[in-house]
Amino acid sequence: MSECGDGRACPTVPEMELPQSAALPKTVALIGPPNSGKTTLFNRLTGLRQKVANFPGVTVEQHSGLAELPDGRAARIVDLPGVYGLSPRSEDERIAHDVLTGARPGTRKPEAILLVLDSTNLHRHLMLAAPILSLGVPTLVILNMADDLRSRGGHLDLPALAARLGAPVALISARQGEGMERVWEFLAGAMPLPEPTELPVLQDVPKCRQWAGRMGAHASYRPPAPPQWTRRLDSVFLHPIGGPLVFAAVVVLVFQTIFSYARPLMDGVTWGFETSGNWFADRIPWPLVRSLVEVVWVKGAGSVIVFLPQVLLLYMFIGVLEDSGYLARAALIADRTMARVGLQGKSFIPLLSAYACAVPAIMATRTIENKRDRFATILIAPFMTCSARLPVYLLIVAAFIPDRPLLGRFMSTGTAAMLGLYLLGFVAAVVTARILKSSILRTHRTPFLLEMPSYRWPTWKSIGLRLVDRGKVFLRRVGTVILVVTAALFVLTQLPLVHGAAPPIENSLAGTLGRTIEPVIRPLGFNWKIGIGLITSLASRETIISSLGSIYGMDPSNKAGLRQALRRDLTPAGALALLIFFAFAMQCISSIAVVRRETGGWKWPALQFAYMSVLAYAGAFLAFHIAR
Amino acid sequence: MQLDVNKSLPETIVATLVDLRRGDAAVLDRIDLPGEDARRLMELGFLPGATVVAGQSAPGGDPRVFRVDGSEIALRRETARRLQVRPTKKATR
Repeated sequence: MSECGDGRACPTVPEMELPQSAALPKTVALIGPPNSGKTTLFNRLTGLRQKVANFPGVTVEQHSGLAELPDGRAARIVDLPGVYGLSPRSEDERIAHDVLTGARPGTRKPEAILLVLDSTNLHRHLMLAAPILSLGVPTLVILNMADDLRSRGGHLDLPALAARLGAPVALISARQGEGMERVWEFLAGAMPLPEPTELPVLQDVPKCRQWAGRMGAHASYRPPAPPQWTRRLDSVFLHPIGGPLVFAAVVVLVFQTIFSYARPLMDGVTWGFETSGNWFADRIPWPLVRSLVEVVWVKGAGSVIVFLPQVLLLYMFIGVLEDSGYLARAALIADRTMARVGLQGKSFIPLLSAYACAVPAIMATRTIENKRDRFATILIAPFMTCSARLPVYLLIVAAFIPDRPLLGRFMSTGTAAMLGLYLLGFVAAVVTARILKSSILRTHRTPFLLEMPSYRWPTWKSIGLRLVDRGKVFLRRVGTVILVVTAALFVLTQLPLVHGAAPPIENSLAGTLGRTIEPVIRPLGFNWKIGIGLITSLASRETIISSLGSIYGMDPSNKAGLRQALRRDLTPAGALALLIFFAFAMQCISSIAVVRRETGGWKWPALQFAYMSVLAYAGAFLAFHIAR
Repeated sequence: MQLDVNKSLPETIVATLVDLRRGDAAVLDRIDLPGEDARRLMELGFLPGATVVAGQSAPGGDPRVFRVDGSEIALRRETARRLQVRPTKKATR
């Protein structure tokens, strides 16, 4: 156990319960203000040996990982949220404070601190050094972005600064790996306690700033020239006309990529699952096990992993936008529009990506620091017309609305109906946002602050690690739920056995369930067959197509036959009700699972599911009775 | 863009960050916000006595980017209105 270099072996050690001992890796906390390059340094120290978890009881994500030291030992690096100060006001600051002081149950007090500051903005960032150094924990002050400082003509005297702060100081570039040997030396070395020559009154921000200024002056700090490239790029990206044009181009590109360009990849995934499913099925002699493999593997696992290309492409975009610094500009441009519904600029990209799938969109709300704005965005994201609603809409619209030209050749009745459904979801989202932001999620007049970082080239390493990270979270958290639900649904359609074989669907447990809920859904114009479809669509919306296909005893790919069968079972008013139901209802286990994860409990997903179900039922009821 | 706001205003009305046009500089006087919010702004560099330069804005002029203490921070009008300033320099454009 003394050798703990292997990242896979170490997390199994129950280190939280054990007393500190030399055999265990040292715990080192990584802290710094937002935009200090903290995450880049974390990635450089730990590489792929990192794991993501939420801090117990809260929704703030904890990244931790193992850094392998030159002498073969390892250090456990805990990445804390980016904070400007340590006074426990925001959730992030409270967690950072509690972890650093050892007051957070379940998290070991760190033996040392790596404080990451932006060397090009030393004075303001040094203000965080005062509360950190006063903790009396061995600290290495890391001045990041050495390459920027040098190229823009900045300068400072490191030994003088180290002497005044009473702590070792390293000037590094985490992006380029420059100066990293000082960080490794510190992690492997004796880690002296800090002995600052003076500290300001921590509660007094102006005093802290004066202190930071004095420290900088002692180190003969010369601030770098303003970032010329950032100014030049901003004169384009924030231009009154050019800015919105670039913004629109980025939006179209993101939309187009997750909607269209991801298609071949998704088809590839589906093909892979079907082919491998068939290959297995051909080799299994027992019919029940064979269909279980088909259902759980192809329809269950396959229907989740098919979204992986969208998730990864979306994250690649968000990664590039965020790391390059453009995301802050996009949020600035979108802010005024989003403010009208009570949200803010940073909600824009998640909501846009919800048109592809709510799951990555909900995960993407992490870029919104304000918790209430973030939750409001999470709660309205499933209203956006996601790609799982699309096949359902297409089927019902094609079955009930004769495709006739409406505006010449530009728009047919079918297209208009589809557009109407997209609009319906959007309006529901906007109205819900307004309701939420003026009631339970009202932001208490907190000023909206958005820091504009300098533009930088994103690095492949950082983007790649983020994709691995998000991919793992997606597959693990969402995949397990879907597998369980599809397996359960499969069992429901197979029981009770009749002469050792599955019963006709109307006699199965699923059929009984459908008939049981029939009185509830009859006022919406649905019969028990649609009822089974609705139940199965809880797993994911488009499942209703394959279930209806099997209920009517026909191949779901035979669209014309399915349309005819639907017309026998649904009146036009019932079809309208079904469309409205699908527009509003949260029939998506993956979304529920990811909301639970992101909000840290069942309260919000339960509220959201109830709200959307009530809205769906009421909307469908009204539509059915008005249209009848 | 030669809007000389300060002259068009009576002396008694206090100038705020909202009154700055792109390129204008001013010295921050006081932050008229509750303690916690003021502290957050101060941590970002909006300290009394600091020089603030107005930068670009989103289309429509809101929010606007302000340069202060080596950083660029965007504020909405509703927040910028609470930061009182003494103008020092007009944009020479």
